[in-house]
Amino acid sequence: MATKYLKNAVGRMIPEEINGKPVIPFQGVDKYITEGRRYAPPLASCAKYPSDGDKRVQDLKTALKKAGIKDGMTISTHHHFRNGDLVANQIFKAASEMGLKDLVWFPSASFPCHEPIIEYLKDGTIHHIEGSMNGPLGRFASLGGMNGTGVLRSHGGRYQAVQDGEVVIDIAVIAAPTADPFGNANGLTGESACGLLGFALADSQYAHKVIVVTDNLVSFPCVPWQIQGNYVDYVVEVDHVGIPEKIVSGTTRITRSPDRLYIAELTARFCDEVGIIRDGFSFQAGAGGTSLAIGNYFGEIMRQKGIKARFARGGSNQYLVDMLEEGLVEYILDGQTFDLAGVRSMRENPNHVNTSPFTSYNYHGKGNFAGLVDVVILGATEVDVNFNANVVTHSDGYLLHGIGGWQNCLFSKTVILPIPLFRDRIPIIRDEVTTICGPGELIDVIVTERGIAINPRRKDLIEKTRHSKLPITTIEALKEEAESICGVPEPVEVGERVIAAIKWVDGTVIDVVRQVIE
Amino acid sequence: MAKKGTAGNQGPGVRSDCYAALEIKRSGGLQIQLDSKVAALFKNSIQDLALQILKFYGIEHAVLEIVDRGALPFVLAARIEAAVKDCLDVKGEFLLEIIPENMYQTARDRTRRSRLYLPGNTPKLMLNAGIHEPDGVILDLEDSVAPSKKEEARLVVRNALRAVNFYGAERMVRINQLPGGLEDLEYVVPHYLNLVLLPKCETADQVLQVDERITRILADARLDYPVYIMPIIESALGVINAYDIASATDRVAALAIGLEDYTADLGAPRTREGRESFFARGQLVNAAKAAGVQAIDSVFSDVGDMEALRKVVLESKSLGFDGMGCIHPRQIKVIHEAFAPQPSEIEKAKKIVLAFDQATEQGLGVVSLGSKMIDPPVVKRALKTIELALEAGLLAEDWKEAEGQD
Repeated sequence: MATKYLKNAVGRMIPEEINGKPVIPFQGVDKYITEGRRYAPPLASCAKYPSDGDKRVQDLKTALKKAGIKDGMTISTHHHFRNGDLVANQIFKAASEMGLKDLVWFPSASFPCHEPIIEYLKDGTIHHIEGSMNGPLGRFASLGGMNGTGVLRSHGGRYQAVQDGEVVIDIAVIAAPTADPFGNANGLTGESACGLLGFALADSQYAHKVIVVTDNLVSFPCVPWQIQGNYVDYVVEVDHVGIPEKIVSGTTRITRSPDRLYIAELTARFCDEVGIIRDGFSFQAGAGGTSLAIGNYFGEIMRQKGIKARFARGGSNQYLVDMLEEGLVEYILDGQTFDLAGVRSMRENPNHVNTSPFTSYNYHGKGNFAGLVDVVILGATEVDVNFNANVVTHSDGYLLHGIGGWQNCLFSKTVILPIPLFRDRIPIIRDEVTTICGPGELIDVIVTERGIAINPRRKDLIEKTRHSKLPITTIEALKEEAESICGVPEPVEVGERVIAAIKWVDGTVIDVVRQVIE
Repeated sequence: MAKKGTAGNQGPGVRSDCYAALEIKRSGGLQIQLDSKVAALFKNSIQDLALQILKFYGIEHAVLEIVDRGALPFVLAARIEAAVKDCLDVKGEFLLEIIPENMYQTARDRTRRSRLYLPGNTPKLMLNAGIHEPDGVILDLEDSVAPSKKEEARLVVRNALRAVNFYGAERMVRINQLPGGLEDLEYVVPHYLNLVLLPKCETADQVLQVDERITRILADARLDYPVYIMPIIESALGVINAYDIASATDRVAALAIGLEDYTADLGAPRTREGRESFFARGQLVNAAKAAGVQAIDSVFSDVGDMEALRKVVLESKSLGFDGMGCIHPRQIKVIHEAFAPQPSEIEKAKKIVLAFDQATEQGLGVVSLGSKMIDPPVVKRALKTIELALEAGLLAEDWKEAEGQD
């Protein structure tokens, strides 16, 4: 039977069904309102749990068996160990050994270290992945290697899907740097310390069965307990949950590229000129080299003006921690820590606060922190002339990145994308992006090395920069300049098959990714 | 025997560049083997360009291998042309359209605080050079290009002069030492070049040779725009002859000093304090100013130390230099800031210029400020200070009106 497609609110054709489930096409920002009740996992009875509180079982395979793992189940993991995770591969190795089929892996993100998972996608142990696919997994999926269709969600979208029951987690496996036999866990100490475990919070609360895996078992109580043992079924002790040096391997150095530093400086100058950098403001800059440089320039401006920021949103790193300790920033509200300085600060400094996608990004929350942030600095692989942006695919069609918190951050008061006008020969500003991840109405400013384009919707910013010496231009002019330098890109041929769906923060589908033809 | 020619760069670190290998065949037509990082978006346009170039040189049967790492068309064209010329004795030049933005001229006495060196065979570094707003860019054919790459670098530099927008920077080329450098001129002068840097210059005669060749090339191509010469003094003999060199022809716009070679010639180690070159720098400034041209200092090679650079620039300025070279874009801003007039200088210059305006308005032959007479050279310097202050953004364009309201 031929698949039926529907056009969504950003003009993309979306199949009616994905992985056998009906799809709701994107309807516009804040248009889709869900009703009903939150999903709830089955009730537990403490009578069925060890009265001495010791939930330890001998190994991961035993825990999976006890948790009742069977074909077709959804297994979740978190990505606080980033490219140093040692647990996810073990889960599916065990599952493959048990001869299980058609599992769904529901990670909060995947990394190149998860390349071994390809084997389990090939042998049918895993049917598909619902989560970002960075690098090798994305390449594999792009070429049509996965049996099912990938589903990509933002960090907030993941919480939304769990909370409204769109995704039912059968078993959550939570790797923890420190835990006690009762299942209380945190990310602050131990050799695999990763700061916090916020991405696993929903999993702990909503999964039918929860397994905590740790390489640093401490006697009860493990405090603070960001993951509460009362949600946990089994605790497994292993030699290593992660590779410490890869856990803190986020881009943690300020860029040295003169071109990127120039873009960073322009971005900071823009924020200063339009009055964003004022006493008590708030900001979020990511962990990329350019973003770090922007944070640094913000610091310089704040020092000159003798002002401070009320709060900054993490991911945190040495540079942000330095600003906190210098008093330039009063609070860090942090979703993940990118280096050991971030971990230490979160452990020691009460003003360095751990947050989860629930507090910051969840569509079903009664408000979100993301919307309170004055300015957020984000990246993109492509932007179109209507300011729609792409973060997941490259212009050649390959799905190589996850959404992360990107979509959620678009709700900040001003969204700025500092990006080069072209990478190698590939223009970044296009007539149409390969994949729409964020609608243009939420994206305010594009800063390139060859000019700054302000979304025409932001009349206030246009007015404030009317007499500015900054190189203010239009998005169309930037696109034309990129094409005059690089040439007009030829249309990329894509396959018919949909290999991944891109969810919007509310659970609707904003775009799909099609198979790449080699 | 099959003829083979190669050009370009390949390897893991190569970006925005390509490698081309051409093998001429007796039959089989033209075959392009393309391995490109950007094939999904530019496969057809790369192939079309390659075929166009091969046909331009009358090649009918050949295999052309291109390993492309995101090279822009001007780079692809230069590499393919170089591969052709590496295996065939052909003369014609395959030229892409010159972008209209590049058809500008510069003034002999324009501001030349910074000039950014760009290795002639490394196109990647050229692409964004203009965004850092150096006063000039130097496409270098001399020391930064390996001897075996000299031929192909000429083509890259020629194509860059036509295709890369440097956003108003003065477009300079450093040719090779004479006599080889004279041949370089043929490749670059006809493409709206603004200035030629003549390295290791020791005599006025060398300047005249370059002058004559430029004049002839422009005349042959029926082109008419100024092409200046900036001789670089890099030896003890050059320092002695500095005035003759600076005043050899009207094309000379500035005199530069190259301290690496100069100190080697002296047999003295180059130090951060630079006492060993104090005489040479003083002599060069004096010769340049006597000839009515600008004096340009050497480069500062520690690209990580901006504070040390700032000190060096301030010293240069105090010796009378008008600018210096840079080898990294981040140095440009520091150099511009340090060459910018100090607030006290600007204040003084403003008063002098206003007094001058007033005197002119009243038809007075003599400018006076309070009870002091102001000499014409002082007025001239004040005007220059104001110009620099405006360029550095230290003074509003309408400063005279604002001053009037006081």
